[in-house]
Amino acid sequence: MKKTKNTIIEIIIFMCGTLSVIFVVSIFIFLLKESLGFFREYNILKFITGRNWYPDSNEPSFGIFPMVIGSFLVTFGACIIAVPIGVMAALYISEIAPKYVHDILKFLVELMATIPSVVIGLIGMCTIVPFVKNFFNIPTGLTAFSGSIMLAFMVMPTIVTISEDAIHSVPWKYREGALALGATKWQAIRRIVLKEARPGIIAAIMLGIGRLIGETMAVMMITGNSASIPKSIFSPVRTMTATIAAEMGEVVKCDIHYKALFAVGLVLFIITFIVNFIADFFLGKNK
Amino acid sequence: MSNIEIKNFNMYYTNFHALKNININIAEKRVTAIIGPSGCGKSSLLRSINRINDTVDGVHTSGEINISGKNIYNIEVNVGILRRNVGMVFQRPNPFPISIYENVAFGLKVNRIYSNKNVIDDVIEKSLKAVLLWNHVKDKLRKSALSLTLEQQQRLCIARVIAVAPSIILLDEPCSSLDPIATQKIEELIMQLSNKYTIVLVTHNMQQAARISRSTAFMFLGKLIEFDDTEKIFTNPSIKETEDYVSGRFG
Ligand SMILES: Nc1ncnc2c1ncn2[C@@H]1O[C@H](COP(=O)(O)OP(=O)(O)OP(=O)(O)O)[C@@H](O)[C@H]1O
Ligand SMILES: [Mg+2]
Repeated sequence: MKKTKNTIIEIIIFMCGTLSVIFVVSIFIFLLKESLGFFREYNILKFITGRNWYPDSNEPSFGIFPMVIGSFLVTFGACIIAVPIGVMAALYISEIAPKYVHDILKFLVELMATIPSVVIGLIGMCTIVPFVKNFFNIPTGLTAFSGSIMLAFMVMPTIVTISEDAIHSVPWKYREGALALGATKWQAIRRIVLKEARPGIIAAIMLGIGRLIGETMAVMMITGNSASIPKSIFSPVRTMTATIAAEMGEVVKCDIHYKALFAVGLVLFIITFIVNFIADFFLGKNK
Repeated sequence: MSNIEIKNFNMYYTNFHALKNININIAEKRVTAIIGPSGCGKSSLLRSINRINDTVDGVHTSGEINISGKNIYNIEVNVGILRRNVGMVFQRPNPFPISIYENVAFGLKVNRIYSNKNVIDDVIEKSLKAVLLWNHVKDKLRKSALSLTLEQQQRLCIARVIAVAPSIILLDEPCSSLDPIATQKIEELIMQLSNKYTIVLVTHNMQQAARISRSTAFMFLGKLIEFDDTEKIFTNPSIKETEDYVSGRFG
């Protein structure tokens, strides 16, 4: 009886696993098919390096270069803000905070991870956008910089939680050995604990980046949606995801514009795949 | 001078009274063993001598531990300097997961003892020679310390302590994760080192205490029961509990 129950559960789990693989592979195949259709009509080099995205003009051009730059700029900015703060927070939570503070903070960070990104986007629109506009005295607060700040908030839970796990899993005996040699707590952390936790922290950052690049709604609301190459982090930008989300509703099915959006999707898919692959590599190394 | 004089020393883990009014005078430049059944407080006592127990939540103490006449629990004592002077080797070898070279250099760097690379190289060589590891590792100093065998790792842990020039070395069951041959080699090393360092050795293994120590302290339930020459403790103890323990009647 118990045995058949086990077998049934195993079969269900196996099917779920297989199904998810099948889904991912078919999504990839679908993306590839539509994109290949697009590349037959539009030169792939012009697609990647083109500086203009005018899908609706008489002589349409589909250059995604500005969006790639936009995506990377927003993501990179968010990393610059989120990585040091996130890693410090993880260090504080796991090494310095007393037990009850540790528990409260871990709970709050995990809670923060569950806030839907549209909500963060909405809050950012009412707070960060006017703040950036007034503080830097620029014509609009809808900039890459605002997007970066907000994405930094969104990615912080991922970075804090996973880095904290990595730091926490460094065996106590290393800290003790270091302290017993006359090292201060900070020296033990910097020279031994952080070194040992580094693969895990890199994985945390990579998973964070993967999440940032794929993030859509919040950035669309906040970064100004201008598909030209940004001059600085204080210019409006548009990301790849925002482009797909904004235009998908308006395109005619099977039209070249429609296919072009799938090609953008393919580029995104490949980038996030690579980033997650690197994260997995470092997570594996941590074990 | 590097004798350890422990006076009316008590230690608590929050409310648990782990060390009860310990009084003992540990002489310099010899091996002193601490024996006793599991949970009697041997490690707690040892870990009080370099104040590494300060890092455990809820630990508090009363009484004195005087090293060379100075109470290490005085507020003005710098624990970093104290721990440099009172090295510690743990039960399970715990080399850092970095290179062999960096393991030995660690104490020199964090304490900023030397900055000249040649001098550091020199100290590292001397320390590794002192633990008879040099010939084996001299061509692979940049390899990870975790690639060594357990015995070699324990030697490395001793070397990294020696590198910062302590006068006292505390060893907490240093052979308990080693095989008999490795144990014998480490014991030989400990005896050699006792010419230069004051050594306090916690051990479960009574033969080991009998083989390598000059004085032995027997502890039971957080109290120091008897402290005397090793020979006396093992052949003619004054207290019945000691006799029962060394003759294997309990523990
Ligand atoms: N961090 C701690 N918190 C609370 N109690 C502790 C802690 N560490 C040790 N104790 C208790 O203090 C007592 C003495 O422990 P200690 O580790 O000093 O014994 P020991 O003689 O070294 O034993 P063993 O031979 O098993 O290593 C034990 O009863 C133990 O349960
Ligand atoms: Mg112990």
